[in-house]
Amino acid sequence: MSAIDDFASFDAVDIVAAVQGGDLTASEVAEASLQRIDQFNPVTRAFTDVTAERALSDAKQVDKAIAGGAVLPLAGVPFAVKNLFDMDGVVTRAGSKINLENQPATSDAFLVSRLCEAGGVLMGGLHMGEYAYDFTGENAHDGNCLNPHDLTRMTGGSSSGCGAATAAGMVPVSLGSDTNGSIRVPSSFCGLFGLKPTYGRLSRHGTFPFVGSLDHLGPLARSARDLALVFDALQGKDPDDPAQADRPPLATQDDLRRGAEGLRVAVAGRYFREKAEPEALAAVDRVAKALGTAVQIELPEAARARAAAYVITVTEGANQHLERITTRPQDFDPDTRDRFLSGTMVPGVWVQQAQRFRSWFRTMMQEIFEHVDVILAPATPFSALPSGTKTITLGGETMPARPNIGLFTQPISFIGLPVVAVPVWGEKAALPIGVQVIAPAWREDLALRVAYQLEKDGVCRAPVARL
Amino acid sequence: MSTNFDANAHVAHMERVMGLTIRDEWRPVVEAHIAATQQAADLVLSFPLEDHVEAAPVFEA
Repeated sequence: MSAIDDFASFDAVDIVAAVQGGDLTASEVAEASLQRIDQFNPVTRAFTDVTAERALSDAKQVDKAIAGGAVLPLAGVPFAVKNLFDMDGVVTRAGSKINLENQPATSDAFLVSRLCEAGGVLMGGLHMGEYAYDFTGENAHDGNCLNPHDLTRMTGGSSSGCGAATAAGMVPVSLGSDTNGSIRVPSSFCGLFGLKPTYGRLSRHGTFPFVGSLDHLGPLARSARDLALVFDALQGKDPDDPAQADRPPLATQDDLRRGAEGLRVAVAGRYFREKAEPEALAAVDRVAKALGTAVQIELPEAARARAAAYVITVTEGANQHLERITTRPQDFDPDTRDRFLSGTMVPGVWVQQAQRFRSWFRTMMQEIFEHVDVILAPATPFSALPSGTKTITLGGETMPARPNIGLFTQPISFIGLPVVAVPVWGEKAALPIGVQVIAPAWREDLALRVAYQLEKDGVCRAPVARL
Repeated sequence: MSTNFDANAHVAHMERVMGLTIRDEWRPVVEAHIAATQQAADLVLSFPLEDHVEAAPVFEA
């Protein structure tokens, strides 16, 4: 067996070492990724656009650069992006039918450029819920994206293709977006490490927006060290994103080995336990035990934080799509259409109160982070649901599935805190489930260190799905 | 805030205000969504905020 036969099990760090060290070429790696996509895309629907020609051409350029002595942090790493990222020459779908009428993008999104400049090789665009208003991975236009660990189940969304492509070993890393949980939910359902950085950390320029005041971008991967590798490469100042904060870059890779040592870890109580199913609670407790903590804290008014995020999302999202939802509602996915229609009817004072509550909640959380460094919470209330599930019952209450899968992610992204979702497999469990490792604003390094430690200790792992 | 929020009446009114097209088969779902949003807003609005608590807009002059 040659090294390339093991492609699917390589993480990005392995690939960089092999390509930079001359054991593999970027072209061989790109070919292997394309083979894997050919083989498993038909059963998962992870990719909507495969940029094969570009991938092979870019890989050749990487090989040439390395032959010329270049040292590239992402040498030959294949990656793919949720199809709301601009890719030069490809129409930016944002999971919709309507945007397919647009002209192809004429340049790459800022973050795609960052990865390509670092030696990454773009393989294509990935399935997503329409306009990112989704937690399921279901899409009326493109079909449902299926979970590689169990093809009868949801990937989670809205970065559904990121979950499927990364878990199926088509690419080691992918880029998604997270407004209310759309990186963390598919990470949980598909058993991946996913990083939602601090709001304002990474440029969103060249991506199709959903809710400007809550939209984040970030990577999904099969190892914690890959998240750090990619996060470090993604950072950079971009005047074209008005919400990007004026903060110095944070190098995280070199600190990973420090692990959780010296960090004060607590478990989020009450709201984050009341509606969690046994597998979610067991996963959090297992992680807490591994980190040696029994401390439980209450995040004040978490239910209200979630409610406020809900109000802002439906209204800002409807505003974003006002012209489209007014003139051609029949062209939307029915599951997003009716939500966007309802969002055009929300009184302004409700939204403003939610935005003011956001400031209040941020202050409360800043006070909590004076006493703890990291907080643990479930990423989802349960493991991946069967595809097509419409309602769920949590804590005795039956509710629609689609808006409520992100029950535990939504209060956290509401105030932009950085989170690493880490994958846990219960004893004899057939499916993974994620735990959120939540850090103070601008301290992605702390969440990554904890994730790295949990992976090293065997508590968390992200194996390639056996398809 | 009103605990007697009438989602049906609200949708019927706002549909005209906003010039929306809502087919009969979509209407119950739209009504359910605005009712869910009203419940969420009710939860937020029932929490007293001091006058000096401001939203944090990104806009920078």
